[in-house]
Amino acid sequence: MSEERTDEESVTEEGVTAADVRHVAGLARVDVAADESERFAEQFVAILEHFETLDEVPETDAEPDLTNVLRADEVRDGLSQEEALRNAPETEDGYFKGPRVS
Amino acid sequence: MASERSSAATDADGDYPTEPDDEYGAFLTREVIESSADGPLSGVSVALKDNISTEGVRTTCGSAMLADYVPPYDATVVERLQNSGATIVGKTNMDEFGMGGTTETSHFGPTENPRAPGRVAGGSSGGSAAAVAADLADAALGSDTGGSIRNPAAFCGVVGLKPTYGLVSRYGLVAYANSLEQIGPIAPTAEGVGTVLDAIAGPDDRDATTRAAGDHGTTEQDDTATGPDGSYAAAATGDVEGTTIGVLTDLLEGSDEQVVEAFEDSIDVLEARGATAEDVSLESIEHALAAYYVIAMGEASSNLARFDGVRYGLGGAAVEGSENSGGNDGEAGDWNEAYARVREAGFGEEVKRRILLGTYALSAGYHDKYYAKAQDARAWVKRDFDAAFEDVDVLASPTMPVVPPEIGERIDDPLQLYLMDANTVPVNLANLPAISVPAVGTPGSDYDGDDASTTGGGDEAPPVGVQFIGGAFDEETVIRVGSALE
Repeated sequence: MSEERTDEESVTEEGVTAADVRHVAGLARVDVAADESERFAEQFVAILEHFETLDEVPETDAEPDLTNVLRADEVRDGLSQEEALRNAPETEDGYFKGPRVS
Repeated sequence: MASERSSAATDADGDYPTEPDDEYGAFLTREVIESSADGPLSGVSVALKDNISTEGVRTTCGSAMLADYVPPYDATVVERLQNSGATIVGKTNMDEFGMGGTTETSHFGPTENPRAPGRVAGGSSGGSAAAVAADLADAALGSDTGGSIRNPAAFCGVVGLKPTYGLVSRYGLVAYANSLEQIGPIAPTAEGVGTVLDAIAGPDDRDATTRAAGDHGTTEQDDTATGPDGSYAAAATGDVEGTTIGVLTDLLEGSDEQVVEAFEDSIDVLEARGATAEDVSLESIEHALAAYYVIAMGEASSNLARFDGVRYGLGGAAVEGSENSGGNDGEAGDWNEAYARVREAGFGEEVKRRILLGTYALSAGYHDKYYAKAQDARAWVKRDFDAAFEDVDVLASPTMPVVPPEIGERIDDPLQLYLMDANTVPVNLANLPAISVPAVGTPGSDYDGDDASTTGGGDEAPPVGVQFIGGAFDEETVIRVGSALE
């Protein structure tokens, strides 16, 4: 459960535990149910093992083909406040309303 | 009552007198959006994948999170279709946020394959391909991050094209993995795909990654492209005399026998028509799948952070246990916990799996091991493709290594599902264009007298797609070669 341990642990040697899954889920702001974290842990072992094949890839420089795409800094129409708020589950006085904090 | 499913079935206003039944579950929303001008697509009905924003028409991405989301603006491709005369006939089913290859991860249930009943339509643009295969639309748009246009086109016996990265605007496409994905057309024929591409391709100042097809003179293979003056539809000449086709042998090795047979029959036909085929092996290609998933999941984990239940998505009140889990929910002093509950309720299992794996691969201590190596692999794959195109005009492989699985057959083993993408993902890593067309003698192929209108039929061969990959911005060549199998 401790963050430090998770960061330093080698996945291949130790495998992925349900606690590791819950730790990452916390970073990603997604709750996972207990049975889901067990199942994910098992699946992640197989998937990460497949990702290990990247170890064999030689260092390769990308040669990106870059162009300057800056445009003139001119004012354009954007969404109106009403349009921007239209899909929010809760609004108040023209603002988004977030979860209660106290 | 009986509306013919041809373009002639629309009346002057573009309305269908009666909607034919959607027995395969291709659509999530059936709502007509009229054209805004006459043009080359007048009278043509087009279905849109439900991750393409339509002003005033709900756009769900196949997710509970966006079940009620109504975009306040149109995607650029929607405006371009409307200005070309097309009538939009609805929004199609998809794997949730594009994450899947069978359309089974849709919150709204799977789409059935019109040409292989009981089997999946492929994905993630499964509804778009099924709508075309079932003749519920003349054409459709999908999006392709790692094969999501070509896979369902192959499984449903229709033609699908993933354009070069930067040819089609992504403005208004709900993002999954920005650096990999493109919007592209699905239609019954290569010419049909070209006609739609003519309407949607071209630079857009609201997507800074778009470029004109002719404006890309810095890479070697570009001089083969005819540039912006050519018509993609006109490229479907069926003429392959003198064309050199490189067969990607590495991708044949992992394919089912049925698939390999149909693929080789198709190459034989092209050779009989004057093309030359040679074997090509790319050393990097075995690493493409792992690289693709690391990059796509990493980008997904950050893109999907926006779904927090505040600006859009499920509200906290809609989430069980948030407001009513007792008076001591005062630990809701942490917004992060409220977000985490909303996101648990709003995302399906595959989406959570990819967000978590992406977060993991980008987290401290693992970034260099996974993400940095994946970027090396991406550059290597691109370099290998560039080298191959010095000797051949197009590269070919089966689009999918398998025939469409039965609904429910594979969904429980994520790694096995990911492996189905082995032949399609290298193209996205290399930013290249690729088309999938029905193999000769399979459903959807007109070649050898097979009836393209056949849907279903238990004793028929299963659908198999052939993929042709071209150099950057050389869509004309893949359309031309693909049309030779029709």
